[in-house]
Amino acid sequence: MRFRAKIVDFGCLNNFTRIVNTISKLTKSCTLQLTVDNLYFMLSDKVASGGVSMWCELSQGSFFDEFQLEGMAPNANEIYLELIPENLLRALKTTQNAKSLKIKLTKKHCPCLTVAADLPSLSSNSRVVTHDIPVGVIPRKLWQDFKEPSVPDFDVSIYLPPLKTMKNVIDRMKNLSNFLVLEANKNGEMNLRIETELVSVSTHFKDLGNPPWVSTDGDGSKEGSQERTKMAQVHVDIKKLQQFLASQQVNPSKAICSIASDRTVHFILLHEDVSLQYFIPAVG
Amino acid sequence: MPLSTQSHVRDEHYVLAASLDNVRNLSNILKAIAFKEHAFFNATANGLKVTVENSKCVQANAFIQAEIFQEFTIHEDSVNFQVNLTVLLDCLTIFGASTVPGVATALRMCYSGYGYPLTLFLEEGGVVTVCKINTQEPEEPIDFEFCSTNVINKVILQSDSLREAFSELDMTSEILQITMSPSQPYFRLSTFGNSGSAHYDYPKDSDMMELFQCTKTQTNRYKMSLLKPSTKALSLSCKVSVRTDNQGFLSLQYLVRNDDGQICFVEYYCCPDEEVED
Repeated sequence: MRFRAKIVDFGCLNNFTRIVNTISKLTKSCTLQLTVDNLYFMLSDKVASGGVSMWCELSQGSFFDEFQLEGMAPNANEIYLELIPENLLRALKTTQNAKSLKIKLTKKHCPCLTVAADLPSLSSNSRVVTHDIPVGVIPRKLWQDFKEPSVPDFDVSIYLPPLKTMKNVIDRMKNLSNFLVLEANKNGEMNLRIETELVSVSTHFKDLGNPPWVSTDGDGSKEGSQERTKMAQVHVDIKKLQQFLASQQVNPSKAICSIASDRTVHFILLHEDVSLQYFIPAVG
Repeated sequence: MPLSTQSHVRDEHYVLAASLDNVRNLSNILKAIAFKEHAFFNATANGLKVTVENSKCVQANAFIQAEIFQEFTIHEDSVNFQVNLTVLLDCLTIFGASTVPGVATALRMCYSGYGYPLTLFLEEGGVVTVCKINTQEPEEPIDFEFCSTNVINKVILQSDSLREAFSELDMTSEILQITMSPSQPYFRLSTFGNSGSAHYDYPKDSDMMELFQCTKTQTNRYKMSLLKPSTKALSLSCKVSVRTDNQGFLSLQYLVRNDDGQICFVEYYCCPDEEVED
């Protein structure tokens, strides 16, 4: 089992750090899956994490200049690691002006991801800073627990408004209530609602647009206006939604929210070379 | 399109309807009095008066004149209601409290009368938020009976100068002592804290002093904890009038200029600390 990778481009290092930053805001601990082509940061829905799950996919070619992987077995050329993203972030933050950055899997007192940064130096001697980040190697028999979360049948999919606007609204709503109703229809409309003894607040977004796949199933285009304006809704814990929005540092090129009524809400954010999926379960 | 310019259904069933193109003209001034949860609203044809009290010892009033609003319609002589101010402020700033130049949240506020919620319509960039804030049984604020004919001493200061003094006040002192006098030391703020006493003196002919009308030497003490919230109003204001009456009651009137350059007032009344031995 071997893994070593190298980043030489400043922009790539910056982007990779930003992604790890987002992940560390979403979860304390996660699983990192390494394959020949991709890296996956994932969190599967455990009761301990409140049923939230996350799936973040990076294509290694967009970040790494070198990427060598020898998996656990020839017929399973993959590695699964248990990682505290905060630790990786801390290491990356100190290496922002590095000329190059190497990440490799090492065996110290325990398995570690070793991050070695070659920092600019005034003298001819090189200045290398090394961080050892303890990780857990996940045995092969547990791999089946980590699959891309299956996407349930959604009632409505809709493009999200600017995340900053949504974050502002949800930050205020969180001051007022613990739970929120998120609802959307196939007419490009989305509502955020809270209701407490003191106050009821509803924010209405319109003209958001629906991703094309929604209307292509069945005789979608001929859907009646009643069907188009029917709201699919889900009750969620505001804190989880707030955490998701707070973790986002750049606006994605596409952001889509899909609602399975009273079951789950699924967010997918697409950047150029990263996609992030986030599932929040409905509360009763 | 701001809400206020939209044509609305006739508002006959509302006893109060008001619109603002920029909600900050209301939210900022309400923040200056937000030291307790319950706020008493009194609307008349002149505008809106919002009152917050603490322990019957301190009272803050914010006045927002009818002219500040783009529309201000009232169908009764006087409309009173009480709401939770924290909730109201969260609603008013639903699109964020930060200021982006050129972007304003428009507000339309309606109230149908006793037992009805206060309804807010907020709009920014085509996104609309509707808030219904349940009103509470109104508790009439106490009347401090602060009357200008009983005023003994009065000074008007540039807020900057008082802001500086307040930011450096020794907060370990339980009280703030204010001395106003026609002779030395004219206008003095004193604290008595853990590390000793401190006095701030303002000469009466200072540039900071816009008006000096003191007729009699008066020294009064006020609880620091009661005066502390008034610094919010101080930081917003450009001028402040400090007055004391014959019983030692303190009135602080702040002149606040809003985003559009219009002027509103915030007023704090505070009763003197009982244990003063003169």
